[in-house]
Amino acid sequence: MLEVEGLKAGYGSVEILRGIDLSVKEGEIIAVLGSNGVGKTTLNMVLSGLLKAKGGDIRFEGRSLKTCSPGQIVASGLIQVPEGRRIFPNMGVRENLELGSYGRARQNRAQNLDKVFETFPRLKERIGQFAGTLSGGEQQMLAIGRGLMAEPKLLILDEPSLGLSPLLVEEMFGLIKRLNGEGLTIMLVEQNVVQSLELATRAYVIENGAVAISGKAANVAADPELRRTYLGL
Amino acid sequence: MYSPDIIIEALLNGLLTGAIYALVALGLTLVYGVLHIINFAHGALLAAAMFAVLLINQLFGVDPYVQIPFLTVIFFAVGYGLQRLIIGPASHGRDENILLVTLGLSIVIENLLLAGFGSDTRSLNTDYSFNVYEVGPYLLSQVRVFGAAGALVTAALLWLFLSRSDTGKAIRAVAREKIGASLQGIDVAHVYAVTFGLGCACLAVAACLLLPTFYVNPKIGSAFVLVAFTIVVLGGMGSIVGAMLGGLIIGVVESMSGLFLGESLGQIGIFVIFILTLLLRPTGLFGAKA
Repeated sequence: MLEVEGLKAGYGSVEILRGIDLSVKEGEIIAVLGSNGVGKTTLNMVLSGLLKAKGGDIRFEGRSLKTCSPGQIVASGLIQVPEGRRIFPNMGVRENLELGSYGRARQNRAQNLDKVFETFPRLKERIGQFAGTLSGGEQQMLAIGRGLMAEPKLLILDEPSLGLSPLLVEEMFGLIKRLNGEGLTIMLVEQNVVQSLELATRAYVIENGAVAISGKAANVAADPELRRTYLGL
Repeated sequence: MYSPDIIIEALLNGLLTGAIYALVALGLTLVYGVLHIINFAHGALLAAAMFAVLLINQLFGVDPYVQIPFLTVIFFAVGYGLQRLIIGPASHGRDENILLVTLGLSIVIENLLLAGFGSDTRSLNTDYSFNVYEVGPYLLSQVRVFGAAGALVTAALLWLFLSRSDTGKAIRAVAREKIGASLQGIDVAHVYAVTFGLGCACLAVAACLLLPTFYVNPKIGSAFVLVAFTIVVLGGMGSIVGAMLGGLIIGVVESMSGLFLGESLGQIGIFVIFILTLLLRPTGLFGAKA
């Protein structure tokens, strides 16, 4: 579904991504792991068209996204729920969700709104509230709900567990598993190595702007290098 | 001391003038709220709109009020084009560049008006320019009542557009969260241009409403834009409700200080308000906290 080949990108003369290769197949949960500053969020920015690639290629369902605008990428069904949520704090919960269908699936808005409220009953309770007044966990639900409004073919989740309590993190991973069970392809970009590997089918570990370890989640979890660097074992 | 009737009449006149000030301020605050820049060309664009009304009236004899729909569309397009083709590309995404570009634009526009129309002050006289309504003991100028009504209707339509339409929601989304908006497929450059276009459309409406009573010369914009800027600061930078309320307050303040301090000192009250706002409540009446 998604193939990334030798992807290079950066800001000004600073190179962040030095040739990333990865792929996502339909129905998978892919975990993209790595500590702070290795280029995970830069990778997402490039995939969503907010940052231009300097080399390599991105193909989504066979079509190159390299020269596409963010709007065209959204329209093709590659949707990102960004790090830090980036919800619209000055707008209501409903309006935030409505804007999720701005660039795609606009005609199914009412029906998808019901679906999102079914998945997140908490959001329905908060429907009249300004998004900026929601708790961290609710804001994350809103960000994911907004992403679902676009009927994604591939949903990229960037650090969905960031800043949540352990209990909420557990709930969030449960939700991701459930969404995948309903047929949604997910690329999970996380620092939370242990829980992400429990969930994922395959995983990529990024170090220094390139893929250091990749393979089936179980194999990656057993990798001695990974256990030493990330788990301190 | 003045009789209560005179004070109330000054109050009513202040509200009527204030509504048009509010409309000019509305365009300024909208652009500030979304693009986060002060549009220094706002005054020059208002002058351009007023000359357009004058010119169309002289060439084709079209009444200023009848020009509203037409001129609004034209100025929306002008604003859209300015942002999309000049301000956006020339600024390379840096706010200080945008300031300079709009400042440059204002110089160019004012000098084009000077070259085209000369520096004379002109006015447009309609046969209803001096009609008044008698409301009880008060005399209200008909064109000012029309002006205030037109300004309020325009503000209400703008508010409806921003709160109900998808494009309006996209504008509010971009105002606070550009990256989040891009990730929903919202084209930020387009939203910026639409916002700038709306700001200019407000000016076109204001120009049509002003011209039956107000004079025009190429420098007229700066008089309005100073008042409008005070309103934007008083109401809270970027707040639409703030701009409307601030406009009415400033209109009344101007009219009252004109009454008590003499016509030539009418604007002193406005600048006292400006300084007091900055001292006591820098975020304005409805401003978001920094």
